[in-house]
Amino acid sequence: MMIDHPLLGLRDAQEFTYLGDASLIDRPDWRSDTAQEEFHDYLYLRDNPAGEHRELWYHEAGDRSWLVVTRNMLTHEITQVELARDVARARGRSK
Amino acid sequence: MAYSGLRIIKEALTGHKGWRPAWRDPAPKAHYDIVIVGGGGHGLATAFYLAKRYQTAKVAVVEKGWIGGGNVGRNTTIVRSNYLLDGNQPFYNLSLRMWEDLEQELNYNAMVSQRGILNLVHTDAQRDAARRRGNAMILAGDDAELLDTEGVRELYPFLNFENARFPIKGGLLHRRGGTVRHDAVAWGYARGADRLGVDIIQNCEVTDFRIEQGKCLGVETTKGFIGAGKVGVAVAGSSSRVMAKAGMRLPIESHVLQAFVSEGLKPIIPGVITYGAGHFYCSQSDKGGLVFGGDIDMYNTYAQRGNLPVIEDVVESGISLIPALGRVRLLRSWGGIMDMSMDGSPFIDRTQVDGLYFNGGWCYGGFKATPASGLCFAHLLATDTPHEAAQAYRLDRFRTGRMIDEKGQGAQPNLH
Amino acid sequence: MTEVNRLDGGQINRAKEVSFTFDGHRYKGYEGDTLASALLANGERLMGRSFKYHRPRGVLTAGSEEPNALVELRKGGRQEPNTRATVIELFDGLEAAPQNAWPSLRFDAMAVNDRFSNFLTAGFYYKTFMWPKAFWEKIYEPIIRKAAGLGSISFEEDPDLYDKGFLHCDLLIIGSGPSGLAAALTAGRSGARVILADEDFRMGGRLNSETLALGDQSGADWAAAAIAELADMPNVRLMSRTTIVGAFDHGTYGAVERVQDHVAVPQEGKPRQIFWRIYSRRALLCAGAMERPIAFADNDRPGVMLASAVRSYLNRWAAAPAQEIAIFTNNDDGHRTAADLIAKGVSVPAVIDVRADAPSVAGTELLAGAEVIGTSGRLGLSSVTVRLANGQTRKVNCGALAVSGGWNPNVHLTCHQRGRPQWDADLAAFVPGTDLPVGMSVAGAAMGQLSTAQALSSGACGAATALEAIGITASAIDLPEAEDAPISLKPFWHVSGGKSRAWVDLQNDVTVKDVKLAHQENFVSVEHLKRYTTLGMATDQGKTSNMLGLAVMAELTGKSIPETGTTIFRPPYTPVAMGTLAGRATGKHFHPTRKTPSHRWAEEQGAVFTEVGDWLRAQWFPKAGETHWRQSVDREVLQTRNSVGVCDVTTLGKIDVQGKDAAAFLNKMYANAFAKLPVGKVRYGLMLREDGIAYDDGTAARFAEDHFVVTTTTANAVLVYRNMEFARQCLFPDMDVQLISTTEAWAQFAVAGPNARKLLQKVVDPEFDLSNEGFPFMACGEVTVAGGCRARLFRISFSGELAYEIAVPTRYGDALVRRLMEAGEEFGVVPYGTEALGVMRIEKGHAAGNELNGTTSALNLGMGRMVSKKKDCIGNTLSEREGMNEEDALKLVGFRPVKSDETISAGAHLMNASGAVNAKVDQGYVTSAAYSPVLESSIGIGFLKNGDARKGEIIRAVNPLAGQEIQVEVVSAHFVDPEGERLRA
Repeated sequence: MMIDHPLLGLRDAQEFTYLGDASLIDRPDWRSDTAQEEFHDYLYLRDNPAGEHRELWYHEAGDRSWLVVTRNMLTHEITQVELARDVARARGRSK
Repeated sequence: MAYSGLRIIKEALTGHKGWRPAWRDPAPKAHYDIVIVGGGGHGLATAFYLAKRYQTAKVAVVEKGWIGGGNVGRNTTIVRSNYLLDGNQPFYNLSLRMWEDLEQELNYNAMVSQRGILNLVHTDAQRDAARRRGNAMILAGDDAELLDTEGVRELYPFLNFENARFPIKGGLLHRRGGTVRHDAVAWGYARGADRLGVDIIQNCEVTDFRIEQGKCLGVETTKGFIGAGKVGVAVAGSSSRVMAKAGMRLPIESHVLQAFVSEGLKPIIPGVITYGAGHFYCSQSDKGGLVFGGDIDMYNTYAQRGNLPVIEDVVESGISLIPALGRVRLLRSWGGIMDMSMDGSPFIDRTQVDGLYFNGGWCYGGFKATPASGLCFAHLLATDTPHEAAQAYRLDRFRTGRMIDEKGQGAQPNLH
Repeated sequence: MTEVNRLDGGQINRAKEVSFTFDGHRYKGYEGDTLASALLANGERLMGRSFKYHRPRGVLTAGSEEPNALVELRKGGRQEPNTRATVIELFDGLEAAPQNAWPSLRFDAMAVNDRFSNFLTAGFYYKTFMWPKAFWEKIYEPIIRKAAGLGSISFEEDPDLYDKGFLHCDLLIIGSGPSGLAAALTAGRSGARVILADEDFRMGGRLNSETLALGDQSGADWAAAAIAELADMPNVRLMSRTTIVGAFDHGTYGAVERVQDHVAVPQEGKPRQIFWRIYSRRALLCAGAMERPIAFADNDRPGVMLASAVRSYLNRWAAAPAQEIAIFTNNDDGHRTAADLIAKGVSVPAVIDVRADAPSVAGTELLAGAEVIGTSGRLGLSSVTVRLANGQTRKVNCGALAVSGGWNPNVHLTCHQRGRPQWDADLAAFVPGTDLPVGMSVAGAAMGQLSTAQALSSGACGAATALEAIGITASAIDLPEAEDAPISLKPFWHVSGGKSRAWVDLQNDVTVKDVKLAHQENFVSVEHLKRYTTLGMATDQGKTSNMLGLAVMAELTGKSIPETGTTIFRPPYTPVAMGTLAGRATGKHFHPTRKTPSHRWAEEQGAVFTEVGDWLRAQWFPKAGETHWRQSVDREVLQTRNSVGVCDVTTLGKIDVQGKDAAAFLNKMYANAFAKLPVGKVRYGLMLREDGIAYDDGTAARFAEDHFVVTTTTANAVLVYRNMEFARQCLFPDMDVQLISTTEAWAQFAVAGPNARKLLQKVVDPEFDLSNEGFPFMACGEVTVAGGCRARLFRISFSGELAYEIAVPTRYGDALVRRLMEAGEEFGVVPYGTEALGVMRIEKGHAAGNELNGTTSALNLGMGRMVSKKKDCIGNTLSEREGMNEEDALKLVGFRPVKSDETISAGAHLMNASGAVNAKVDQGYVTSAAYSPVLESSIGIGFLKNGDARKGEIIRAVNPLAGQEIQVEVVSAHFVDPEGERLRA
């Protein structure tokens, strides 16, 4: 597989380490009254779609960027690659 | 019709005219006591045990394609009971004992061959871990032997003892482990279930569950609605897709595991070998092909195919361990979709929908579980109580913090 | 032996005669021959035995799809089983042996199986061998295993080298027949970066095997001219002897180049084969088509061949398979074969054509509407029996029968991403479907464009279209005039009504009867059929058999072929030597070896090394007179505890954390608090996974308000860094914090023992105050050593002694260890290895890899109270789940044997003092054990249910693997200096 790194261009996926669903960015607030339930859903439950999947890849043998890759789980077609940090900010994460 | 050597002789002398279909192709009835979704090994075994041991009268198995086309038909055929944790031990212990009696029970030769599984160790820490595991196995009633380097050499003199990057320091030998002819398991259960009156309905895809007021009444299929007292789902590889129809999100991801077979060779490897310093395990089929595999491809996928990095990694590991295979050719590769669960262990449980039951999350180890999975799922479906060997396989175990994590990798499915 | 069947002409180099042996007989051939062509030229048709019935078999094809003529090539470490004689390039001194035959190819004892074939039908083994139960493994299976298999290996290590390489191109063209060459000329002239790959050693594909003209040239000459032009183009890479074996995601292709297979021994330094990973922007499949056989009674005799193969042997290799060759066909290619044979002076007794309206052929008799219903000849064909259109039978004497059942486009690579081919009724064949791998298109015969003219134009057009999609304009090229015959074929798969068996899969001995039995038993889906009968599972992967099997099944079910199923193909296209896929990553080079900065010095000391991940670390340093490793380790421990020892701890992960939010960031990473750690201080830290399980521990040293140096365990250096980057980029993107791994940048040594300070005072420059007050326990700071070399000093202790870790830039590591040893001479300093390190940490009850096994929480480790409830950190929320906080949770404790001479084993399980011993009453397990020279006793640490409340209790440590059961006392895991006075001294 080839991943079109937003900063570095096309790279072999072998340079990357895969983590999983990009929803892992959405770490719940530990102070919530239902924090344990929210953390359970966050850490353990997955949509696991048979189609488009947004997922986290880490350019471990490269520039160490975490990327959010949008990839089809049936065809492996990649339609979008973003810096995970930008995605995280867009989802309201800060400090 | 019972199979036997005599029967073969009789048929051979009469032109093989007497062989009947191994299973029928019935049209679905309007209603069954229990409908099993998924005609793989686990689904067919469940149906068989429902009919045989729980005397359930009307059982159907509905299968989207042809039976046995999923992971029961695309694995590396290994059976074993070498588990560490108490949530797993009784289950795999039961499963291996069931394998030992399977062929007589099914009247089908699935070539259960207990040729021994050897897990190699390469460091002192691995030896400590192997000792803990081996002791756990013995304490749970299974067999294990801890071999030193010489013990390994006696069994497999052609492993790389001389020039290895990671020297072989011993191995954990599980003599009762071995291999089984995988397709024959699906066919044997199908034939057995069919003979007990189970309807196996092929090319019938479940498109939805009919759920009213929290109760599952049956399944909508490409061959129409099929009513059911209870519905059991055993569709590993597609679990998330199917259970989503019932509104459930599962602690499961789908990943592809590739497997490989070499060209046929005269006997080389008597048992199953697992490399401890690389991703490689290998056995040799009765036909002569080396059957081997390694790690999953790491990324989520529903495509039954993999990519080069894993192929190369597996073969590099293989040649590092067995240099004599350098000129042996890899003949065929294939990929199977694994239900990778969050702790590497499976689920056999009820769901929040009344009358809907779930069996899945088998990771890359579902094949060896087939008999016990069928029996335990049948038990749950028939009695509404978990079988004592499968009590830990609850869907809510992550909520309560009772993970069954053999590999200690945590909630990252691709590492299990 | 003489070349009785060698003809004139051909593309062999008659100037270069070569000598070879097969089955112990010596033959001659020419450069440019294959083993198969040379054997045929020498009058040999028998080349192998079938898998199950050991039937005599000859060559069927002239290509890589050969199912029959498999041999063991070469000897010793180079012995190569299952090698297709059809693709073995002849070289001088070649040795090949038949396989799966004993005692010889001509007289194979196992051929007795054939007599029992009626009992050994498809799947017979599923129905028997079940009684008595124990007999399967003991009797039946060993016999089956011994009989099965094909070739054998020598068990010697392959002496040859293999390489891997990476290539990039705009257009990858797969196959160099007419379509591939037209495509390559089109693309090459456009300036695009082109790779043209062909599995054959001579490019040109069928052009080399046919007598058809292209313009005023022969096909082979036109191909040679095209190849010469391409060879001169700097933007074109020609790769003959290169098989594209797999189509992977996003335009990646795997390719095997056979660099030195055509010589006896590879040239010095040259690899035997190279595995290429080709990154292509576009790919054009020009793989041609394969002729398919027709099944008829006894169609497996040596001499029964595909018509196209006969033409290849005749025209390319100037070898006639026999003196008299009959033809059996359902299409015009059979007629072309007859014409070629007659032109070469080979006798053609008859053309048997199933078409009643078949056109006549000059120079031979046409038997139109006729079918071959039987053959005879023990080890080679002597005649065929023909059922004529009028129902009469006739015997036709011949030494070979050229069979043509039509053509199957080579769609294989189009299926590698599970694309399904579609049915073309005109061709009666599957052609590529619409779901091809992204970036791939197909031209020529592979697309069902079977005439030469079609192949040329579709190749040229395919290349232009593919390039246009990536913004490269290619102009049309002039194509020569070429044959453009329409397809004239009557779909015909097998002759019914024959008395004997008709073979579908020649290698695996699957017959029409087997397919019928599968149907009778409801194994009707293609997948069931394949698996039940083993059809298509042979080394040709069904290339010569799948279609036929499918057609027979379609006939039986009364469905059309496409309704019955399709056949799809998986990688690799042809089998690949495992050595090639492994490349150089074998033996000692399987993984990189990481050496510590003191490695060379340690080698000089005679250290014994051990693998720790990819690292090699000194395990212990034996001294003269020490005969057992325990003597060395005990000495190292005692001398360290009594005076001072030095250990290379460079392998621990080091991460530099900088930025205004560095402290806040580490507060998130570690379970315990870090925000208030003063500058100049170090703190032990425990990291949890988000699920609350402990996964790593280490230290963080604060060098400035905005600068920390974090250490991790050796095993988790990469993982911790990855997780920290994840937190930094994905969870806390606005924190001002920067990370860099400095594991390789600093050489780090532990200096431990009561004399550690005195030793370091001799090495650290004098302006730095190392007194207990000036540099107390858990202090850290930047210092200089040896007169100005920058260094970092940490007063931390893993051994429990007064201890420091000192780090210098890696390049000074070797110098520093020598300096430390020299300066320590007066204290009797010892180097200690990982064993002594391990003993001392067990004596102190410190957790390491065996305890941080991925299932243990802070609570289990006795560090539950460290987990701060007042802040957010990775893992704290889920660590509070009920199942992880049960009353009888496992707790880390120590164990001492009740009888002091008994030994505790790591991996032993814990059982109550009395009662049953089994998994149900398991109380825990020993994680680490060692002999403590300080306590002069075996000791262990491990996890025991409710362990911290059970100190003083006597329990049992059982190790049934070794038949061992000993009594142990539960004690604190801190065996040595539990109050920690020594490390604060």
